[in-house]
Formats: sequence, C-alpha cells, structure tokens
Amino acid sequence: MDHMEDAGRQEKLVSARRAGLVACTRCTRVWPAGTDVCGRCGSDLRSRDYRSLQRVWAWLTVGIICYIPANLYPMLRTRVLFTETESTIVEGALDLALHGAVGIALIIFIASVMIPVGKFIAIGWLAYSVAKPLTMEPHRRHKLYEFVEFIGRWSMIDVFVVAILSALVQLNVAAAINPGPAAFTFALSVIFTMLAAQSFDARMIWDTDEDPRAR
Amino acid sequence: MPHHRTDDLDELIACPVCDALYHARMPETGERVTCSRCHHVLIAPKEGAFLRVIALALTVMILMLGATFFPFLSIDAQGFSNAASVFDSALAFTDGGWMVALSFATAALIVLIPVLRAALVIYVLGPLAFGRKPWPGARAAFRWSEDLRPWSMAEIFVIGVAVALVKVSDLARVDYGPAFFMFAALVVVIVLQDGSMCRWTIWKTLEDKKSS
Repeated sequence: MDHMEDAGRQEKLVSARRAGLVACTRCTRVWPAGTDVCGRCGSDLRSRDYRSLQRVWAWLTVGIICYIPANLYPMLRTRVLFTETESTIVEGALDLALHGAVGIALIIFIASVMIPVGKFIAIGWLAYSVAKPLTMEPHRRHKLYEFVEFIGRWSMIDVFVVAILSALVQLNVAAAINPGPAAFTFALSVIFTMLAAQSFDARMIWDTDEDPRAR
Repeated sequence: MPHHRTDDLDELIACPVCDALYHARMPETGERVTCSRCHHVLIAPKEGAFLRVIALALTVMILMLGATFFPFLSIDAQGFSNAASVFDSALAFTDGGWMVALSFATAALIVLIPVLRAALVIYVLGPLAFGRKPWPGARAAFRWSEDLRPWSMAEIFVIGVAVALVKVSDLARVDYGPAFFMFAALVVVIVLQDGSMCRWTIWKTLEDKKSS
C-alpha cells in the first residue's frame, strides 16, 4: 500500500527555509523563522545548523583516534589448556576464515573494518561537500547519508561477540576467553562515529539543490 | 508564500530530512505519505496503532525480564561446563578497571535502553489510547524515546550471538537455554513495535490533546 505521492498540492518543491519558516526535525511542525523552541514537541529549532559541522568533525576525529588502538591491541585473549593466544580484530577474522567459516569471517571483517573505515570516509566527505558545495548530486549524497546512519550501529557486533564469548567460555583449566583492551577502544570508536553521523544536519545536503547561493 | 499566521502553519509539514514543505494531508489508514524529494516517510497511520504499540511494548518488557536472567547459552567441553545469561554477557568486562565502563555500556545497549524505550512509549501512549489527556512530561518522554532509538541494539546482539556460536563450536558443545528463544522473539517484537508507530500522528495527538 505504498502510495508514492506528494503530501501536498505543490508543483515545485519549496523548502521551509525558503518559505520563511523554520521546521522541527523531530515532529515536522513548521514555525515562523526565528522561533526558538518547537511548540509541539519542545525541541530546539534551527533552520540550518552550520555549527553542527564542527561537532561532526570533532566526533569523527575522536572516533578515528580510538579506531587505531582498536586494531593494534588484542580484542580477544583465548586460553586453551595452557597455551594463551591473543588476537586482534583482523586476526580474529582471519582465524575464522582459516577454520572454514568464511561467511562469518566476512561478516566480522565487514562489520569491524570495512564499515568503520567506510564511515570515516563517508562522514568526512559529506561534511566537506556541504561546506564546499560542488560535485555530487544531492540524491546520491542523501543516499550515502542514509546508508551511513543505518549501517553505523552494526559495527557493534564484534563487541557483543567478545562479551558473549567472555561470559560463556569460562571452563576452568580447559579453556577461557577474556576480552582485550581493543574491545573498549573499538566500542568507543563506534559510539563516537554514531554521534558524528547524528550531529550532521542532512537538510544542508539539499540547499544547493534549490539555490546555489543558499548559504 | 511568506506571511503565515501561526494557525495556518498547523496544516504544513516539513520533511525532517530535506526540509521540503508540504500541505499535510491525512492519508487513508494503511497508506503512507512520503517526501517526493528524498522519499522519507512522513505520515503512516495504522488502525488501532496506539493500543497495538502499547501491547507490543509490554511484551518487550516481559520478554526482556526473562531473556536477561534465564540461562541464555551453555557449553561444555572436556568435563567442564558453563552457562551464561545475557546479564552475564553484559558483565563480561568487569575484570579489569576501566573495562567496567564497557560492561555498563553493553548492559545499557542490549537490556536497559530497549526496556526504557518500551516504558516511555507506554507512558506516552497509555492515556492517548483511551482518549485522555497526556500525562505530565509526555512530550519529554517521547523525545527521549526517539533519541534512544539508534542506541537500542538488541537485534545487533542477536547477530553477535550467531557469530559467537560459530567461534565456540569447535571448542565446545553449545546448548540453547530458554532465554535464547525469548531474546529472538524479543527482537521481532521490537521491530514490529517500531514499525507500527507513526511519529507524526503521535506528536499531533499529543499537541491536540494537550489543550482539550
């Protein structure tokens, strides 16, 4: 039952900003420009949050910084009888692949390496392209933004895997799995990049669409 | 287009993602209104949605109680065995110093935030479902519930479990506890609950009922 139709009767799209209004991004109510707080849901109103770019860059930077030790230090410490092995994120994925679980290894590799690195690049690119509007078409930038917002949380998989393994595999002298310091910094990196993506004001993507001199 | 009176603005709706402005029009039940520029779903009302969402949120809370404390998985190898609950998994990082923070975060992401969201939604929709005035602080409660949405990670935990099972399987034999199936059901219920909620309808009802 998906009727793809305009909510309104307008032929040409007008943004709330151009109509002299400020829109609430939480409850979609519009108010005259200059209103500070949404009377319906109580959120702060800002027509465009240009300062948000500073927050995006700040969160992104700490996210990247946390991601470095997350890859250098061990994620898991596995002890079977008397031999203890430590494995980083990439080693853990390789280990799985060597044991024949290629699919699972791929999930871990995608969730823990490709998604985080892709996110760093994508968020950085989006923030850059808004401040310096040229190249990519808004629809494609919007798709990229939606994808980043959707996929970011899934990087947490590896942290949960470590949590489950550490709780479950405590078999006295036979075997034990314990978390390594990378679990901590990796979790922080995921959280910080999620905050970076959330800080981004997606409406800025479309401003160049209707008016090249929108700023 | 400029010079609106505040009353007229009630009929307008702006896409929260791309700021496109529309005249709000209540669609038929089951229909959806989407932004024609970025395809964000703006309005998607469903029949009897408030009661259904409340029922699903209650289910989430009850299932989570069981899923957290009953044994989740158990393993045994070479005569040793161990069972872990979801609660134990969250506390797996308590061994050393600052890793405790990670335990708190894990517990929050997979147990506390999903439960808190369910409780907030019940608080907001409870009175509305019976045509009453919203309880005090309902707006703040619903804002909170929406802010917490990306941080509710029960479904990601389930994928984590699947990966962990593969890792353990050549080390030991794994058995599923009752909580395993409760948690799996829980994830489905959370998805259903989020899918039945039309944010626009809820905000509008909160606004209309506030003054009546």
